[in-house]
Amino acid sequence: MNRDDYRILSKRFGTKDGHKLSVYESQGGYQALRKAVGDLGPAKVTELVKESGLRGRGGAGFPAGVKWGFVPKDADTVYFMVNADESEPGTFKDRFLLDYDPHAVIEGSIISSFAVNACLCVIYIRGEFGWLIDRTQKAVDEAYAAGFLGENILGSGYKLDMIVHKGAGAYICGEETGLINSVTGRKGQPLIKPPFPAVSGFLGKPTIVNNVETVASVPFILNEGVEAYRAHGTEKSAGTKLFSVSGPVRNPGVHEIPLGLPFRDFFNDWLGGMAEGEELKAVIMGGSSVPVLTAEEAMNTRLDYESLAEAGTMLGSGGMIIIPARCDMVELIQVLMHFYWDESCGQCTPCREGTGWLHRIVRRLRRGEGTLEDIDLLDKVCGGMAGLTICPLADAAVMPMQSFLQRFRAEFEALVHDSKQPGPASRWAREFRS
Amino acid sequence: MSDTKGTGDMSAQAAGAKGFFLPGEDQEAFAKIVEKYPTKRSALMPTLWLIQDRHGYISDEAVTWTAEQLEVSEAKVREIISFYFMYRDTPQAKYVLQVCHNISCHIMGSRSLIAHMEKKLGVRRNETTPDGMFALEGVECLGACGMGPCMQVGKHLYEHLTPEKADEILDGMRRGELLPADTDRDLED
Ligand SMILES: Cc1cc2nc3c(=O)[nH]c(=O)nc-3n(C[C@H](O)[C@H](O)[C@H](O)COP(=O)(O)O)c2cc1C
Ligand code: SF4
Ligand code: FES
Repeated sequence: MNRDDYRILSKRFGTKDGHKLSVYESQGGYQALRKAVGDLGPAKVTELVKESGLRGRGGAGFPAGVKWGFVPKDADTVYFMVNADESEPGTFKDRFLLDYDPHAVIEGSIISSFAVNACLCVIYIRGEFGWLIDRTQKAVDEAYAAGFLGENILGSGYKLDMIVHKGAGAYICGEETGLINSVTGRKGQPLIKPPFPAVSGFLGKPTIVNNVETVASVPFILNEGVEAYRAHGTEKSAGTKLFSVSGPVRNPGVHEIPLGLPFRDFFNDWLGGMAEGEELKAVIMGGSSVPVLTAEEAMNTRLDYESLAEAGTMLGSGGMIIIPARCDMVELIQVLMHFYWDESCGQCTPCREGTGWLHRIVRRLRRGEGTLEDIDLLDKVCGGMAGLTICPLADAAVMPMQSFLQRFRAEFEALVHDSKQPGPASRWAREFRS
Repeated sequence: MSDTKGTGDMSAQAAGAKGFFLPGEDQEAFAKIVEKYPTKRSALMPTLWLIQDRHGYISDEAVTWTAEQLEVSEAKVREIISFYFMYRDTPQAKYVLQVCHNISCHIMGSRSLIAHMEKKLGVRRNETTPDGMFALEGVECLGACGMGPCMQVGKHLYEHLTPEKADEILDGMRRGELLPADTDRDLED
């Protein structure tokens, strides 16, 4: 197969004026919506999405159609939220979708809202994407003007409003209950589950939260059919996935691949291998919150949910970070621990204190003031955080921390043995916004 | 540019609490926000954005006004301002330079970029130049990881930065000119 045959989500990337309604419609845009509200109806749409095997692309990989099925059938008011908070370090695919193909996201959002009979759809975009918020709002205005939103959509009697909501700089608002709280006008702090938002979410009503890429996959499934979608990917990981690739490879950026592709092929053929003079050391496959793999482990795995789980990591958001040989792993984990410490919302003691401890212990090691016991202490602190908090942010810090320790322990130990001589990096280590 | 610093149109009519002003067009925008959101409280974040885009920050008067209009306590409004990194309750430098220091940009050289900018501006990270022109901030991932290192200034995102490119951008700002950013193309239509 030609690489272009896999382009379901990215086929309009780079098309001139692809973000405009006229161009989208001329390429078959909004036909899936016509089909959904015209002949299929909500139950059939949900069924097709279930059959397609489409799994949530925001990180957890939960089957989308199954989640929609959790909305109580007798609910009077239902809300739908599209998660475009995209703050997971290494991830920038949703931004490309909204940038180059906003109408595909909007059409997918309307169809998904229709499937659960939502009356309001909120697209939550992180505040840093200022230009993207303007662009998305423009596209939403176009969709309203064309009768795809508002009262009596395409004569079906279905009514849906859409709000583009601007975040204001908080990673935790990407967590679905944090996101819902944020839209309510509260701090974006997550809530204990259950109840799950599909039963009780925004304003106490059933609310479905899906990632941008998830909803953007829906029009293709309705237009081309379940089989066409399943023609890509594996049994348990159906379809295609966008990977956002960063680090010194020849072709960084957003790439769409069929799930199940061997990493080796992706690395060599899509990414073009390492940039001049660089050597591969390690790979973070699915955003900064998943365990790191060594180059060798990476080369022997495939890019799908089950293979990556077998390899000891996760597909996550598909934010692939390529780490070159010249990088000091302790320095990189310091950057990440600072991030999680900064972004902990502070509700749970293990997370609030634990992320701070991890950050400070790593910093101590980097200053050349650490001991071998400190390395064990890192492990111990991780043990007191994982699985013990309201939301998975604590785990998101623990997974990289533990995997860096496991796979690159020698680099941590070297800092202890060298402690008599402060390393060249110590000035920065001391000053890293502490 | 209202998105880097709003000086505000103080000639417009007074609205609500203690001399806090929002010009007419913003009043209309505010009314639309309240209409669009299902509860008054859910209109809080967009209202604060409206105020900050106009005035550059959210003043005490603005807090009082917002609390009155949306029928929430002032404490709840302040809580939101302090929880969310992007809301500011003090006047900001003319150009707030937010350089990503997270992992992908770090791998691609953001550390030396920041060091270079510190030297050029004569300030340390998270400080403002004495003339109030530039604030240099290290920030977390900006969603441009494959195009790093990167820097955000208001709504403008500069990608693939080098010390030389950063110099050009800063020199432009000193002349009062905002060089085109990598995301500006998207604003054309
Ligand atoms: C700390 C944290 C941050 C998250 N950030 C995002 C995000 O930026 N975007 C996203 O779609 N999901 C994010 N998620 C996952 C959401 O909670 C949720 O699972 C997802 O939006 C559901 O959509 P999906 O089923 O379509 O993937 C985050 C989760 C956690 C715990
Ligand atoms: S785990 Fe951390 S981020 Fe999540 S709710 Fe608890 S304190 Fe907040
Ligand atoms: S790490 Fe810098 S933009 Fe993502």
